[in-house]
Amino acid sequence: MALLELRNIERHFGDFAAVNGVSMNIEQGEFFTLLGPSGCGKTTLLRMIAGFDSPQSGEILLDGKDLVSIPPEKRPIHTVFQSYALFPHMTVAQNIAFPLRMKKVSKEEISKRVAEALKSVRLGDRGGRYPGELSGGQRQRVALARALINRPRLLLLDEPLAALDMKLREQMQLELINLQKEVGITFIYVTHDQTEALALSHRIAVMNKGRVEQLDEPSNIYDHPKNRFVADFIGTCNLLPAAVSVTGEEKMVIEIEGLGDVAAKNPGRAHGSGTLALRPEKIRIAQKLEPGIEENHFRGTVHDFLYMGDVTVYIVEVGDGVHIEALLPNSAAGRPRILAAGDPVEISWRYDAGTFLNE
Amino acid sequence: MNSRIAKWLISGPPSLYLLVFFVIPTLIMVLASFRYAGEYGGLAPILLHDANGAHLNLTLESYQEYFSDFIYTWLLLKTVLYALVTTFFCLVMAYPLALLIARSEKKRRDLLILLVILPFWSNFLIRIYAWMIILGPQSAFTVGLNDLLSLLGMGPVRMLFTPFAVVLCLIYVQLPFMVLPLYANLEKHDPALLDAAQDLGANGWQRFWKVTFPLSLPGIYAGVALVFIPVLGIFAVPDILGGTKGIMIGNLIKQEFLEARDWPFGSALSILLTVAAMLMVGMAALLARRKGSDA
Ligand SMILES: Nc1ncnc2c1ncn2[C@@H]1O[C@H](COP(=O)(O)OP(=O)(O)OP(=O)(O)O)[C@@H](O)[C@H]1O
Ligand SMILES: [Mg+2]
Repeated sequence: MALLELRNIERHFGDFAAVNGVSMNIEQGEFFTLLGPSGCGKTTLLRMIAGFDSPQSGEILLDGKDLVSIPPEKRPIHTVFQSYALFPHMTVAQNIAFPLRMKKVSKEEISKRVAEALKSVRLGDRGGRYPGELSGGQRQRVALARALINRPRLLLLDEPLAALDMKLREQMQLELINLQKEVGITFIYVTHDQTEALALSHRIAVMNKGRVEQLDEPSNIYDHPKNRFVADFIGTCNLLPAAVSVTGEEKMVIEIEGLGDVAAKNPGRAHGSGTLALRPEKIRIAQKLEPGIEENHFRGTVHDFLYMGDVTVYIVEVGDGVHIEALLPNSAAGRPRILAAGDPVEISWRYDAGTFLNE
Repeated sequence: MNSRIAKWLISGPPSLYLLVFFVIPTLIMVLASFRYAGEYGGLAPILLHDANGAHLNLTLESYQEYFSDFIYTWLLLKTVLYALVTTFFCLVMAYPLALLIARSEKKRRDLLILLVILPFWSNFLIRIYAWMIILGPQSAFTVGLNDLLSLLGMGPVRMLFTPFAVVLCLIYVQLPFMVLPLYANLEKHDPALLDAAQDLGANGWQRFWKVTFPLSLPGIYAGVALVFIPVLGIFAVPDILGGTKGIMIGNLIKQEFLEARDWPFGSALSILLTVAAMLMVGMAALLARRKGSDA
């Protein structure tokens, strides 16, 4: 049985559907991420799981038992809020002890467990400080320790790293992964940052307009997006309008507008018109290319390029004004001058590098 | 260099204002309490000239008079008691009101706050006279209350010209001064803190006592000071509603200046009142700190 089961959750504000028929199962021990653009209903869904809001219809089950009728303070679920919501009038140690004091745990036990918790988030010497005296990353760790000290069945994290700068964020991501492994508690993590979601999660639910667009492992979400929205939202992607012309067993031929026929993988049930989603890093680009046997190959010109530091993004014009993005890693030192705007160039990609998405 | 000039420009005028209108008058008052009263009121000269030349004409007489009769200390204690009772009821009544306003919708908040400060739009004395009518023997309130009491077999009560009338009106007059600082404090509380407390297992009662209440302490201190200290010196309310039993130290001070024309004694009473108020505030602060370091 799944740890948490959402069945057809609906939450409307007036006639606006913030959460519109969401169903999912979250397994024990999982690092599960809700990913989607701003306003897609992530926080609303999380608040219903925590108990601050109730669905208008649908069920929320924890260990198969109904949760909706249980108030937040009685749910074995804790939340790490985006603003951390640390109590400013309590010291770090008092903040972390708060859930234990609410449970009337004995004084000795509290001080023992708080000391352990402080050590586990590397704040052993900061127990007597007030939250206002800590850095953003330290506050983040206090919030985590406070939410975990009662060993909840489920930990909800609403964009907990959004307020940190990039360097600290990457460091905290690693800490989160390790912490989750260590404590074995199920995490539901909310973010609108797709790289964060891909890096952290066992599974991701990509949400849009109150619905789940795709629920899968990170690599499947990235490599096999189910629709245009997911392909576009996760990473960068060439989205080329195309129509199926011939289908075979495993391969098929599709006609890309303005470019002509290319070979593609037959996803099964492909028909009519749709979109070919092609990641820039799966395209080979060079002045002269020896195309492989299963590759599509085109000649074009460099339309523009963007130097990004680690890679350079080339926008290549092929066929009848079709623009395709391709990547080249900058492995040599210095700014690359291999290709400049206007240079003739060749690109190629394996037939199974892209995904054909039906309309 | 510039920042130092700016600092003086900003803090200079208010400091000067306080010096001229607070520090100097207080010093004059302290000095006056050690002087003799003039023959026709006012103050006798500080310097006396006789055969040996000029010498200071100061005395401890006013303080001796104060300590010669316990009635003055008793009046001071009674005043403190009234102020404490007033402050207590203001706090108990204002807190839920301020909380309600702070937690209501933004649009309704402004209206409710307007209602709280509405009494300020009419004259202070007129509002006290209104209470004279409300508490008078003929008023519907008094008559109704006495009818009710007679049903229970209890005698009729008089309300006007009693300590009860004074304290009731003091509470009425001072209530907004408790509501406003409390509201200003409560309104700033981050609602996420209450969500967090609930999420971590705190029920409604615990959320109030562990989060809302401790965070509102600065508002409570401000409100208590704004209610308690002015009540110590007030005289209009007991003058109008208190009769002989309800008088407070403010009445006596006023009397010494305006009727008995004993300025030095009036000054001494004022100084003692100020010292008593400062002692109490200091003690409260000490207690609060002691408690804070315990927790
Ligand atoms: N109490 C409310 N009343 C009316 N509308 C609301 C309420 N709460 C949320 N909404 C609306 O529901 C939608 C989803 O909000 P939600 O906060 O769940 O988005 P989100 O996915 O968490 O976005 P973000 O990434 O910006 O936090 C938004 O359009 C929001 O305006
Ligand atoms: Mg949100």
